[in-house]
Amino acid sequence: MIRTGQVLVLTALLACAAAWAVDPTHLADPKLQARYVALTHELRCMQCQNESIADSPVDLAADLRRSVRELLEQGKSDAEIRAWMVARYGDFILFRPRFIWRNAWLWSAPLVLLAIGVLVSWRIVRTRAALVAAEPDGADGEP
Amino acid sequence: MLPELGHFALILALLLAALQALFGLAGPALGRERWMAAVTPAVAGQAVMVATAFACLVSAFVGNDFSVAYVAENSNSALPLFYRVTALWGAHEGSLLLWIALLASWTVAVAIGAARLPPRFAARVLGVLGLVSFGFLLFTLATSNPFLSIDPPAPDGRDLNPILQDPGLAVHPPILYTGYVGFAVAFAFACAAMLEGRLDQHWARWTRPWTTAAWAFLTCGIALGSFWAYYELGWGGYWFWDPVENASFMPWLVGTALVHSLAVTDKRGLFKSWTLLLAILAFSLSMLGTFLVRSGVLVSVHSFAADPTRGVFILAFLIIMIGGALTLYAWRAPLLKSSAGFELGARESFLLFNNVLLVIAAATVFAGTLAPLISDALRLGTVSVGPPYFNPTFMLSMLPLLALLSVGIHANWKRGRLKDRQRTLLYTLVGAAVLGCGVAFGIWSHGALLTPVGMTLAIWIALSSLVDPFDRWRRGLSLPRAVIGMTVAHLGVALAVLALTTVQSFTSEQDVALAPGASATVGGYDFRFEGVKPVEGPNYDAQGATLVVSRHGARVAVLKPEKRQYWVQRQVISETAIRMSRGSNILVALGEDLGGGRWSLRIQIRPLVSLIWLAALVMAIGGALAASDRRYRTQQVAAAAGAAAAEPAA
Repeated sequence: MIRTGQVLVLTALLACAAAWAVDPTHLADPKLQARYVALTHELRCMQCQNESIADSPVDLAADLRRSVRELLEQGKSDAEIRAWMVARYGDFILFRPRFIWRNAWLWSAPLVLLAIGVLVSWRIVRTRAALVAAEPDGADGEP
Repeated sequence: MLPELGHFALILALLLAALQALFGLAGPALGRERWMAAVTPAVAGQAVMVATAFACLVSAFVGNDFSVAYVAENSNSALPLFYRVTALWGAHEGSLLLWIALLASWTVAVAIGAARLPPRFAARVLGVLGLVSFGFLLFTLATSNPFLSIDPPAPDGRDLNPILQDPGLAVHPPILYTGYVGFAVAFAFACAAMLEGRLDQHWARWTRPWTTAAWAFLTCGIALGSFWAYYELGWGGYWFWDPVENASFMPWLVGTALVHSLAVTDKRGLFKSWTLLLAILAFSLSMLGTFLVRSGVLVSVHSFAADPTRGVFILAFLIIMIGGALTLYAWRAPLLKSSAGFELGARESFLLFNNVLLVIAAATVFAGTLAPLISDALRLGTVSVGPPYFNPTFMLSMLPLLALLSVGIHANWKRGRLKDRQRTLLYTLVGAAVLGCGVAFGIWSHGALLTPVGMTLAIWIALSSLVDPFDRWRRGLSLPRAVIGMTVAHLGVALAVLALTTVQSFTSEQDVALAPGASATVGGYDFRFEGVKPVEGPNYDAQGATLVVSRHGARVAVLKPEKRQYWVQRQVISETAIRMSRGSNILVALGEDLGGGRWSLRIQIRPLVSLIWLAALVMAIGGALAASDRRYRTQQVAAAAGAAAAEPAA
């Protein structure tokens, strides 16, 4: 049987999943509006799992959207707004992990993997090409 | 009575799975022919028992038997009959029974096909499948029994989660699971080959159709999930890089690599140990998908179950299965050396690059999905990983993959004679670039840098995949299903790239607040809001809005999005309204009542978005065509006997 705590978690999650926010906020400056849309999609709702504050229907997300809007209208840069959010809610709020040392493994993983992949492929191809070169001609074609 | 029968059948299925595993694995090892002969009856018996259990649970749902706890929690007497049946896999316990039933079906299919395989090998394959089935049955009976009863019976059920009351979700889990479970067959073939200590090209030929079929189902399942999320859950998004989506995407990426690696093992006898590793990995990721979704470790939008004890069981099971397979691999893989060679420009090289890039993509998704856990375990603090990480890092390996596909498709086996194909390569690339840039800049006047790149790649892949079939047709050569299937699947890739590029570049979306009679203009369409009226459904009440959509004064559609409140769960669900027009999907979702008759609304126009799912379907059809090629079905015993004589244990 499911325990009460889990039911509560489940209910909260379902409330988040079932209704998404529609946010008719419209800033007069189209550049600011574009930045508003981009930023609200990159900030995570602390209450719902895996939803941005742009999509989350809960009050906390609405408050955060209002903060983003106010900070934008005060002329803050994107970086400053992100820093403002991190200062209050921690790194958990950023869907885009910051480029800092402790996230280095995460951001470098794809590049390191790609480098290893290129190296390994190059070695395999070189070995196999040497085998073809060593063969007598005429052993070609699909077996 | 029926639920007890179902429970009993499940226990018998567990015992039969144990016998199937024992006879299938110990029989060949000890050389007991009569044990091996008992494997197929065990498979049949297990299938009958699982089918009985499944039928009992279906009948409990259809007959509104609320003395069964699982039925009481996930159904309701007012629920339409169709959803009473599909409610079976609406939650954890029933999903597991569905998984087990699908595994039993795959196993029966393998047992029928196994008549063409050497008996020792066939027994081992079925033995491994019995072991997998045993683990899942034990898990179900020990932690997640769907037949547990409640006393006194509930007067009525708590209803199926309203989000799941949708035809899309009715078919999404069975098809996705068919794909997941299908990789168990590839896994079993791999383990059997390692137990035999021999892996020849016939092995690849036996394994290929099963793997391709599983891959095709998984492709369809993921696409259906994306489609469901688009119109039911996500309000117009089609991919969220949500942990649960990633959990199904990782086995797909590795499975795609496996399908290609098997081609090399089949044609050239190369990449043997790598193919085995991919088979183990694909199924491990399928099981990890179950673990991620069902354990509550990574709670996400889709996670409807959260129970740590189950997670511990699955983790132990994963460690035993994967650890066992990898140990076997470490022991046997060094025996599987091949001395065949190939040159840089040969097809083998390109399939190698394909595999490397697909596995890197899967590893990247893996890193991003598990980063919150990893970061926490290493005490690096909290981190969230979302689309801003996944989109660029995924592209890093996908763009070279797509470009290399267009080149590699022209390459021959073994010899790198790409120079002979210089003209074809150049013509297709130039043609694709002209068309791609023309479409990107001509039809739409704006767009990002990736727009012409994506368009060009899509057209290049399409042109390139048609060169070989066209050439064969012109020279009067036969066109086997395997080639047609490959071509169709690659055309599906081209369609997917075209659709994704278009959708990402040219979507118009706006959230608006409208009073009755007011209009908004989005993406060249006018939306006039007519107001909101109450609507009553079979098991819900709703607020229904009406919007008249027109373009240049001509009426295009009338859209009626709703906000539904379901009676039993009192949950508010938004039903989007979608209409296709000129290749674009117009989507409207109803937001909040802002007072005075004003409502907030989301309006979104996504060009070619339907093509994304269609492309997945085309890929799956390609897979089905390739899997049904006759070369996989004829003369296998004779070929195997010949091979056994020619190639003794490596």
